[in-house]
Amino acid sequence: MAETVLAIRNLRVESITGTVLVDDVSLELKPGEVLGLIGESGAGKSTIGLAAMVYARAGCKITGGTVEVKGANARTLDMEARRELRGRRIAYVAQSAAASFNPAHCIMDQVCEMPVQHGMMPKAAAQAWAVELFRSLELPNPETFGARFPHQVSGGQLQRAMAAMAISCRPDIVVFDEPTTALDVTTQIEVLALIKKLIKEYHTAALYISHDLAVVAQVADRIMVLRGGKLVEQGTTEQILMRPQNEYSRALVADRKASDKLSVESTAQRGAIVLSVANAVGMYGNFTAVKNVSLSVAHGETLAVVGESGSGKSSLARLIVGLLPRSAGTVTFRGRELSSALKNRTKEDLRKLQFIYQQPDVALNPRQTVGEIIGRPVQFYFDRSPADVAKRVAELLTQVDLPLDYAQRLSSALSGGQKQRVCIARALAAEPELIICDEPTSALDQLVADGILKLLKHLQDELGIAYLFITHDLGIVRRIAHRTAAMLRGEIVAEGATAAVFSPPLHPYTERLLASVPEVRADWLDEVLAHRA
Amino acid sequence: MRLFGHKPTTLAWVGLAIIGFFSLIAVLAPLLAPHEEGAVVSDTWAPASGSFLLGTDNIGRDMLTRLMYGARMTIGVALTCTILSFIIGTTLGLLAAVGGSLLDQVLSRSVDIMLSIPLLVFALMILSMFGSSIPTLIITIAILDSTRVFRLARSVALNLVVLDYVEAARLRGEGLWWLMRREILPNALPPMISEFGLRFCFNFLFVAGLSFLGLGIQPPYADWGGMVRENGRAIAFGVSAPLWPAIAISIVTIGVNLVVDWILSINARPSGASAEM
Repeated sequence: MAETVLAIRNLRVESITGTVLVDDVSLELKPGEVLGLIGESGAGKSTIGLAAMVYARAGCKITGGTVEVKGANARTLDMEARRELRGRRIAYVAQSAAASFNPAHCIMDQVCEMPVQHGMMPKAAAQAWAVELFRSLELPNPETFGARFPHQVSGGQLQRAMAAMAISCRPDIVVFDEPTTALDVTTQIEVLALIKKLIKEYHTAALYISHDLAVVAQVADRIMVLRGGKLVEQGTTEQILMRPQNEYSRALVADRKASDKLSVESTAQRGAIVLSVANAVGMYGNFTAVKNVSLSVAHGETLAVVGESGSGKSSLARLIVGLLPRSAGTVTFRGRELSSALKNRTKEDLRKLQFIYQQPDVALNPRQTVGEIIGRPVQFYFDRSPADVAKRVAELLTQVDLPLDYAQRLSSALSGGQKQRVCIARALAAEPELIICDEPTSALDQLVADGILKLLKHLQDELGIAYLFITHDLGIVRRIAHRTAAMLRGEIVAEGATAAVFSPPLHPYTERLLASVPEVRADWLDEVLAHRA
Repeated sequence: MRLFGHKPTTLAWVGLAIIGFFSLIAVLAPLLAPHEEGAVVSDTWAPASGSFLLGTDNIGRDMLTRLMYGARMTIGVALTCTILSFIIGTTLGLLAAVGGSLLDQVLSRSVDIMLSIPLLVFALMILSMFGSSIPTLIITIAILDSTRVFRLARSVALNLVVLDYVEAARLRGEGLWWLMRREILPNALPPMISEFGLRFCFNFLFVAGLSFLGLGIQPPYADWGGMVRENGRAIAFGVSAPLWPAIAISIVTIGVNLVVDWILSINARPSGASAEM
């Protein structure tokens, strides 16, 4: 039996205020083995990943258990010995490469820093080694890539450079903390494939942290499901995917699989057209973000706009609501042309068109109560008395399944999913005909996002609201969209009923998008890569 | 005990005690003072004695009485200036942040012009032109100081206006006043509060400094800067009279700074806050 490189036993991490973040979690890692940690936010995944390096975030403390690296207890080491351990024996790849690189230094200096600092090799040798790593990570022009600054390369390339940085000391263990979450599906697949290759090539053991079961399934040998800092279930990847024992893991797996199926039928008979955009052009300075886009949304219908980041989806939304002035084309709402600039629109125009944001955390004023937030549109658009406003707020809270006493709470005291429900209630308060949803679920955990989607669907059935739903997640599109428009570089390349857009003959771009959505099968990535080759 | 939801450090308690002590004296000066504010009660620079605890000043007024009334005047004027300066600076700063680029340019460049003239020179110029009555003094300092507050308020607000909740309010059709008052101001308050303490210190020293130069608060009103000036020559005769107001000035400044340091350590200082005078 191979020796164990990392053994964590009965780990307990607490915050300074006494909240238990990780409770009695044990894990073992053998050389070359990849253990996937999966769970919602707050499940303690990242805390465990950091604890493997005997590190706890500010305000947290490891209060119990042992962390053994190659049989030696790392918790008893002094600061100097811990410094030796980190980077050299265990490396860390963070979620946001953009935030983890120092913008003032070129990439080469940052990748070489660790081997040089740890005295493993002189600077020249470290640079040659970095170039080799860049090459094996298939970065463009590996010889000169290092001379660039972090802002001069794409997000996917930066994430790969970060993997190079982590592996630069040839560590025994690498902790990957959601390395592909911030990337597009099409970029994610490349980074994922390279991480997999890297782990295999250097025979490194890895902890792979993710909230996406399908992603973990591609790289992990074993999977641990976590919830609220506790272990829910542990098993081989195949076991967890095929025969999850625990109810929670079953829900996770089932929910992820549900999004593979088409569940909304587009009706042949479309209702009255609510919003129609014709030949719209939107520019930021000299850059054309929206090129000659035409689309329409009918009463009670959901039109999904899909595309990679930078494809102009959000710019299109901003153009429709008037935040991005259009330089050509028309936007018509119920037969009435909307003015290009926000300030020239009437109150009634504004009321009928509402917006739901991607990040509920910044979409709600943290110093206002839920009641004030939801009540304001009621008072602003309909000029009701305070008593009537309060009554309407209660109605709206019930509609979005929030307890009535939440009206008195500050929005900052709510969870992400609850905040998004408040955002929906705020939009509903205006009694709109169309709601533009800009990736409303992408910042939320899988099961919470699922609840939000169900709520939106339910509201549509009940109130006949039309949605313009912007997303990069094709799983969501299949579940809720009657019609779909695929955007690429500011243009709509395919549009029609969702079933039609997703069935052959496919536009090459739609095909690429479709092929990049991870499926909950362990061999999916290998299949796709084989197919591409 | 907790303040702003945090436990003050020992040094912060010292600062709070100093501020509390001097505020009490300032408010209760007419009750506590042993003599009349301007009454000549003894000889010039009489030494400390039972009836004049800190001795008398250059024309024989009781030093302790003058110090107490001086607290009232110096702290009061500095506080009024700071409050006024924050009202002007914050309103204009938020307006510049939400009102569009033209308005922002006009306001910011005007402020830049004012900032390019040294504060003291500017104040001396205005005070010698309009005379140094207390209202003129307060308005002059408030307007000059508001340029600093403007810069902080604008930079804090600029980071807030790009947030989605402000955009949501714009999409709803809310006016500028609502955006400033309800969406931005409450979220801009924490950094503004610590800046308030700092600006108070600067204004306090500025008032004392102007009085020392003879352009601030005029006799017969007692004021610490003026008292240092009046009794300055005494130091050559080994009389401690000018030291008392000077010590009072330093203690209040240190006290306020101790509290501000503590507040700053709670909410990290935002970029754009200016600590220079």
